[in-house]
Amino acid sequence: MNHLPLIIKREYLTKVRNKSFVVMTFLSPLIMIGLIAVVAYLSQLNNDKQRSISVLDESGYLTDLFQNTETTTYNYLADIDLETAIALVKEREDYGLLHIGDALSSDNTPVHFKFYSKDSPSITVISSLESKIERRLREMKLQADGVSLEQIQSSKTQVNIGQESFEGEKSSKIDNIVKLAFGGMAGYLLFMFIIIYGNMIMRSVIEEKTSRIIEIIISSVKPVQLMLGKIIGTSLAGVTQFVIWILLGGVLIIVVTAIFGIDVSQLQTPQQDMVRQSIQSQDAQMIAENLLIAIGNLPIANLIVAFVFFFLGGYLLYSSLYAAIGAAVDNETDTQQFMLPIIMPLILAVYVGFFTVIEDPHGTVSTVFSFIPFTSPVVMLMRIPFGVPLWQQGLSLLLLIATFMFTVWIGAKIYRVGILMYGKKPSYKELFKWMKY
Amino acid sequence: MKDLLVANSVTKRYGNFTALNKVSIAVPQGSIFGLLGPNGAGKTTLIRIINQITMPDEGSVTLDNEPLRPEHIKDIGYLPEERGLYKSMKVGEQALYLAQLKGLSKTEAKKRLKYWFEKLEIGDWWNKKIQELSKGQAQKIQFVVTVLHQPKLLIFDEPFSGFDPINANLIKDEILQLRDQGATVIFSTHRMESVEELCDHIALIHKSNKVLDGKLNDIKRQFKTNTFEVGMQADNAERIMAQLKENFEVLPATFKNLHDDIKINIKIDAKTSPNDLLSYLMSKAEIHHFVEVLPTANDIFIETVKNN
Repeated sequence: MNHLPLIIKREYLTKVRNKSFVVMTFLSPLIMIGLIAVVAYLSQLNNDKQRSISVLDESGYLTDLFQNTETTTYNYLADIDLETAIALVKEREDYGLLHIGDALSSDNTPVHFKFYSKDSPSITVISSLESKIERRLREMKLQADGVSLEQIQSSKTQVNIGQESFEGEKSSKIDNIVKLAFGGMAGYLLFMFIIIYGNMIMRSVIEEKTSRIIEIIISSVKPVQLMLGKIIGTSLAGVTQFVIWILLGGVLIIVVTAIFGIDVSQLQTPQQDMVRQSIQSQDAQMIAENLLIAIGNLPIANLIVAFVFFFLGGYLLYSSLYAAIGAAVDNETDTQQFMLPIIMPLILAVYVGFFTVIEDPHGTVSTVFSFIPFTSPVVMLMRIPFGVPLWQQGLSLLLLIATFMFTVWIGAKIYRVGILMYGKKPSYKELFKWMKY
Repeated sequence: MKDLLVANSVTKRYGNFTALNKVSIAVPQGSIFGLLGPNGAGKTTLIRIINQITMPDEGSVTLDNEPLRPEHIKDIGYLPEERGLYKSMKVGEQALYLAQLKGLSKTEAKKRLKYWFEKLEIGDWWNKKIQELSKGQAQKIQFVVTVLHQPKLLIFDEPFSGFDPINANLIKDEILQLRDQGATVIFSTHRMESVEELCDHIALIHKSNKVLDGKLNDIKRQFKTNTFEVGMQADNAERIMAQLKENFEVLPATFKNLHDDIKINIKIDAKTSPNDLLSYLMSKAEIHHFVEVLPTANDIFIETVKNN
């Protein structure tokens, strides 16, 4: 008798109706969006802060360099010495004091720069000061060599290397960023999914053991069927939760943006600043164009198909192990010793993905890890946007499926024996023995 | 009488430990079969094999002369000793689910549940969660779920544990009714008085081996020691006692009797018939009490386990 649909239905309904599940489903996006809104609000607060920086230019060469901006006011100090200036700045509670010494280099430009402040100044402030000074000094040096200011201005050029593969596919620098984003997202999603819902499966197996219903169930259903039913039912509940999160999150983002007028795209971190600087020379239209090309260049069909298969394979592989662990122990605290061997390969996969694949998506390390079944789902999903030959994907998937069937078999064996074992904390040795029963 | 369930030389090993060693039992159709044995003897293993939860390493089990198949699950109802229900699931929903797992359709299961819930007066629990019920109440649900699919073979492992005397009686009557309606019952318990009360046949498993089985009455006959409780009224009790001790094996007795001038147990050998003893006693004194001492299930259990 095939009771699989019945079991799946029960598992699904039990999970979905569970109060904490419902609360988490609807609360998580709220919390996430709330967090983003707070961060956005705070960063805007920070940007709005007025800074005043005092400048003591003893060289006299840079008196007109610093212009007031929206966020920064420059006060030029004159005719006082450094100590008085520092005391003055301290008293006025300025952000800091930029001191330009009167020492000159051989080509008559100032060489002595120092920034005095209460706390260590922010990197962005210092680097912005540095780049302003550097530009001015270069101009001064060039002028000293007889180049006019106009010549300097007109010498500024901008080059954008267009990229095209031998097959005629256009691409750009943005390509890699887009590929990373897609691959990283897919891999990370799988990682999160396994951890959240694997744990859920484990808990539900433990619950059946502690409530002692297991023997009643198992006299009507084959343990393997029960295990698969649990895995599938819980996964469906997981997918439901994920879809609700995405939909709710999307709606909330729109609502929050509309209400509070927070431009989420303006959220900036120093890293983003650097990326922006590296491509700031290109105009916005060009960036948008390149972005579209980059997304168009992704092997989208391949990505979707591979995502489905590797996601399923990887998830089933790990969840059968989670189920086996749940069956082997009596309560959640006993699971610790068995969790490490599950979590380790997962974390390894994510690290390999984020550090090695980014650097060299087709290098030896990435390739090898995208074949090892316990890491392949995550690593391969991250590699695929960079274009992986189909035979490699096929072989990796085949290995994954073979291992998946093996772990389900092992898991089912441990499960079958474990669910009827009470009162003792099993060792690895015992688990191994169970496989032979 | 036809045997419904036959286990033939069933062996089960867990690693180096032999849980069952060539155990054979035959459960006659329509009987209540007591499966007895000390803790850890292997009863649960045998029951799990009958339920196809585990497979025997050697030997075979047949139900209705057919080797056990997955389809037989619907012919067996099992109430395990370690039993529970999903705590956060509603009673009705849960009973429906478990009934469907046994192969009943949803509508049929609903109909029968209604009948049983009314019979056991638990109809208003349908929408309660198990965690809101007491232990005894939950046990009632488990009992209903076990018998709901009208299995040919019912296996009860300590069915009365957790019940108060009234409910225990209720369940006992239900079990007897089911037997009368044609079900065969395997009954595993440590409470010998219920064995005495319910079982027609018993089998005793000790240290993985079957050490005893058969009809309860036959076994009793086998275990009887030809001992009789004798209560007599006599003036010269001491002299009679001396004579009795000369001719028979006389043991102290514990029964209650109004006339206790002489109150003894007399054991006779196989050649002597009770009538011989009786006529001898009659010639000596006035007999008020003469009963054959029959071994109780408890005695049989203890003696068998001790001797093995």
